[in-house]
Amino acid sequence: MMSAQVIRIENISRAFGSKKVLNGINLAVDKGESLVIIGQSGCGKSVLLKHLNRLLRPDSGAVYIHDKDISLMPSEELFELRKTIGMLFQSAALLDSLTVGENVGLGLREGWKYSKSEIADMVRDKLELVGLANTENLYPSDLSGGMRKRVGLARAIATNPEILLYDEPTTGLDPITSDIINNLMIELREKLKVTSIAVTHDMTSAYKIADRIVMLYNGKIEFEGTPEQVRNSGNEIVSQFINGRATGPIEVQ
Amino acid sequence: MANGFLLVGRRALNFVARLGSTFILLLKTVYYFKEIPRSLGLIVDQFFFIGNKSLPLIVITSIFIGAVSAWQAAYQFQFIGAPLRYLGAAVGKAIVIELAPVLTALVVAGRVGAGIAAEIGTMKVTEQIDALESMAISPVRYLVMPRFFASLTMIPLLTIFSNFVAIAGALAVSVLFVDLSYETFLNGIKNSFQIFDMVSGLTKSAVFGAIIGIVGCHEGYRAEGGARGVGKSTMEAVVISSVMILIADYIIATVLFKV
Repeated sequence: MMSAQVIRIENISRAFGSKKVLNGINLAVDKGESLVIIGQSGCGKSVLLKHLNRLLRPDSGAVYIHDKDISLMPSEELFELRKTIGMLFQSAALLDSLTVGENVGLGLREGWKYSKSEIADMVRDKLELVGLANTENLYPSDLSGGMRKRVGLARAIATNPEILLYDEPTTGLDPITSDIINNLMIELREKLKVTSIAVTHDMTSAYKIADRIVMLYNGKIEFEGTPEQVRNSGNEIVSQFINGRATGPIEVQ
Repeated sequence: MANGFLLVGRRALNFVARLGSTFILLLKTVYYFKEIPRSLGLIVDQFFFIGNKSLPLIVITSIFIGAVSAWQAAYQFQFIGAPLRYLGAAVGKAIVIELAPVLTALVVAGRVGAGIAAEIGTMKVTEQIDALESMAISPVRYLVMPRFFASLTMIPLLTIFSNFVAIAGALAVSVLFVDLSYETFLNGIKNSFQIFDMVSGLTKSAVFGAIIGIVGCHEGYRAEGGARGVGKSTMEAVVISSVMILIADYIIATVLFKV
């Protein structure tokens, strides 16, 4: 039987030095689902996200994508898999030696057999989609933080991936730009049926884009549910986090 | 006492681990040589950065290296009473075998090694390397291989250039200040010239080029944190490659030249 599950995380743990960041995480994501992972800064959300395209490998446990254990994949197969996963980085991570257009077209140029004009067309389409038409020849240093993030998003979707990973897509942006990004994420899911996983601590964004929200706390999943269930959960830890209170059960390091 | 041993042991282990990971990066880089045809654009950029842009520095350092070695040799010739007509031979050989390859490499290690380490280090700490990986682009092919290949090929070329300029510097000093004729100096070089000297000088410089390229990339890759981490990587790239150049120079000399 083919499962609708695209991603399955089985009992993964990961430590950096003596600090256990992930401690036995189990999670599955269905095709077309939009999952949001929330939690305090430094709780391991980004670390978890980076396990999904093997930028990091777990100390124990396994990550399956389409029922294949990615930590055991040979690198050729991993490259093919990564072509189907787009990632938006927290700081956008644009290559600062390349122009906006070259950044967006980078994956297409290096890994696919398209002609220069085909790539230019695709780059123009994606930049238009994120509302940055005619910025191809600017450099990342010419752009504001919000524009950089939108270029990062255009780059992540340039190859029409099936899975999109968003690392803090709205952090550090003004509320209006944040909402533009939220709408883009929703549009992508509806139009392109992508499976998306976003890591954030911006609750406005989380409520808006999520089908399901998972809260990480102390390396484990503390709570899992729909936005509605998260809002109304009786869990003290969840309630302290979503309401942003300095005091409560969460110990601030 | 026990702690002392522990510290020495840990340092030694770290050193070996670092040497090992540099070597593994070297193997991966050489593996990606098969991708040279489709990475030509990236390689040409590095040719330009490592080769062309180093030329002014090489010209200035080489003129003075040639000039000072002629001056010092003339002084020592007087001291031991050797005839000055051998000045060209002595200085020419010293330049081709030793001075041009080693000093070019050391100067380039400062400029290029630091540049590579700082660039790759910054890319590492700002997630640009993760971004490449996430786009299914191997950073070793995209970043390391072009830099390594350019460094391996451009540093011997810079050394040839340095040979000419340094000999010109030596010639200028000999003619202007030592009262040696232009012909005597050049005849000295001509009569003592052996192709083996040139080949061994260039072999050395290719090894030095490989060291500069791979150490710069490896140290950049190790950068962690932020500006401070990049600074540390950059400094270490220069220090490690300079030390390794001098050690390699000694090893190659003992292999190539039997005394």
